[in-house]
Amino acid sequence: MAYFEYQNIFTQVQVQGEPEMGMAQTGENILGGERTTKAGFSTLVGWLGNAQLGPIYLGWAGLISLATGTLWLNIVGFNMLAQVDWSIPQFIRQLFWLALEPPGPEYGLSFPPLNDGGWYIISSFFLLVSVMMWWVRTYLLAAQHQMGKHIAWAFLAAIWLFLVLGLFRPILMGSWSEAVPYGIFPHLDWTTAFSIRYGNLYYNPFHALSIVFLYGSVLLFAMHGATILAVSRYGGDRELEQIYDRGTASERAGLFWRWTMGFNATMEGIHRWAWWFAVLTPITGGIGILLTGTVVDNWFIWAIEHNFAPEYLGAYGYEAYGTYGDFGGVPAGGN
Amino acid sequence: MFPKWFDNWNRDNPTNIFGPAIAVGVAGSAIFVAAMIVAWGQPFATDQMQTGPRGTGMHVSEFVSSLSEYPDVDGYVTSEPVVPTADSQLAIDVFDVVPPTLGNITVENYERLLEAMRSWTGIPDLLDPGNDSYQTALAYTMIEMTQNINQNWIGHVQANAEVGVTCYTCHRGQPVPNNIWFRVGNVNSNVAGWPAIQNRVTMTSNFTSLPSTYLEHFLLQDENGQYGVAQVHDLDSRVENPPGSPLIQQAEMTYAWMNYFANSLGVNCVFCHNTRAFYDAGQVTPQWATASLGIAMVQETLEQYILPLEYVLPEERLGPVFADVPKLACRTCHQGEQQPLNGLNVIRNWPELAVLDGEPDYSAFE
Repeated sequence: MAYFEYQNIFTQVQVQGEPEMGMAQTGENILGGERTTKAGFSTLVGWLGNAQLGPIYLGWAGLISLATGTLWLNIVGFNMLAQVDWSIPQFIRQLFWLALEPPGPEYGLSFPPLNDGGWYIISSFFLLVSVMMWWVRTYLLAAQHQMGKHIAWAFLAAIWLFLVLGLFRPILMGSWSEAVPYGIFPHLDWTTAFSIRYGNLYYNPFHALSIVFLYGSVLLFAMHGATILAVSRYGGDRELEQIYDRGTASERAGLFWRWTMGFNATMEGIHRWAWWFAVLTPITGGIGILLTGTVVDNWFIWAIEHNFAPEYLGAYGYEAYGTYGDFGGVPAGGN
Repeated sequence: MFPKWFDNWNRDNPTNIFGPAIAVGVAGSAIFVAAMIVAWGQPFATDQMQTGPRGTGMHVSEFVSSLSEYPDVDGYVTSEPVVPTADSQLAIDVFDVVPPTLGNITVENYERLLEAMRSWTGIPDLLDPGNDSYQTALAYTMIEMTQNINQNWIGHVQANAEVGVTCYTCHRGQPVPNNIWFRVGNVNSNVAGWPAIQNRVTMTSNFTSLPSTYLEHFLLQDENGQYGVAQVHDLDSRVENPPGSPLIQQAEMTYAWMNYFANSLGVNCVFCHNTRAFYDAGQVTPQWATASLGIAMVQETLEQYILPLEYVLPEERLGPVFADVPKLACRTCHQGEQQPLNGLNVIRNWPELAVLDGEPDYSAFE
């Protein structure tokens, strides 16, 4: 057995056999009655999670979500295809560059011509329905399982940022042209242009908060994931039964962090840390975006007014620090 | 394939060889790479040119290996002028046809210039009396344009050293210079407005999805005789948004335009700007002012000299979409360098090209 056997970043033991189809689809469990009836196994999937695939419950919300989501994707895709004159090779070649753009600023909040943002409005409506129906689904499924609604509220935090970008802020600004284009590179261009247009988003304190929670989420996720994997040789992945006894994986994991940094989360608390950090990322980000252009037009000047943009002393221009001849220019004299 | 005793011994003495093998391999490779870097040096060494105050990160980065490369400098043909004497003859008195703005130079210098121009442009019979193609009329305009740039735009072409321009600055030995541009208009089909002019891989968009029309937007007059103005934000932290206030669209257009500047000069944003506040005139380098002059220079040059060539150039030289004149801008001269031809002083030997309306000044050679 090699010494790195315990560095189990993939699931070590997979269970495959008769599929587990869930509780009987009768009586009060009416939603369960809408589950699909087939299930299979995948070794590949098993490395990362449970090896069983299916059954799945879609329900009315899931069906609406899938249908409207597909409509959105097709409207975006066919608009892109039309932009390259229905040429499939060009569509593939230009795919990362193409976009379905929002209407120009001249249309305000009115409905623009189809080929100048109209399709964007229509597809955005379907995307809105699709996302909201998927949220309804997370809520209803949690209720069916008699769970807390933590997943639904966390998802709603992300939806908040999505709604700020595409719905709330454009309405407050009085123009759909403020919305984000649907395209790979174009939405990145939009992000940069948005930051520059509003005087450098890095000086937006809510942007800073959002980054704190984003990077914090990454750090917490890595700490927690690594900790649990590190004690899975003692059964650390079986969380609850680990809490009661001394010397368990759970206690070792906690002691590791207590003796490393004086503080340790608990088996329960670590998930509160993770949930709050994750949820606060889009909530603070959404606040920052919503304030941009509506309340603050230039974050750099705002930062000067609030005394946290530093002043740099020193000359501008390379002439103060060297010569062009030292950095690629031909030696002086020339012809 | 191995002897039986070997297989038996291995079976009786199971040993984990993968762990040590991987450990030794990784450590050995690391030591090898470290030794090579120490012995031979960093193969991709870089150098930096600081362009602003410490703490702002303002610098231009280059590979050291590319700093001493001057690909086109060696091809520059030049010769010292012949200082006119009292009995020198003027070109206009000797030849039947001379370019109007070169009439007052001496025969020796005219012939010297002619020889150089033929090498610079790669046109062997340029201004030959027997050459009655469009190239003659074109050359008249181009010579005047060069003289105008050298005389009236000295603030740009000699911003911090005598550099100047000649035909070679753009042509580099080719009849049609590299890095010319044409109007492209709409690049996407079946859409109108803002989506029609962007989101397409084109040469002019520098392979980004930014607008492809920024050059015509900022360098050519619109139907009202106005040029597009580079603008990205309001200069107020509170909302007023008066009409004409720049929007995300103007910011993207400006971004495409600035990207062209950076690519043309082989630099990045912080060559001119402190990027934390792009607009702030108190946080730009002297190069920003030089570049601003350059924009005005290109606008004037296009309007006065290039656009009228539409009636001179043959059809095959015109643009693919609008049959428009091939145009110049930053990249046509700079070709990826901060100063064209790496700051080579191309004008020193050519007083004839340095003045538009006046006598060439030969005092440096007397």
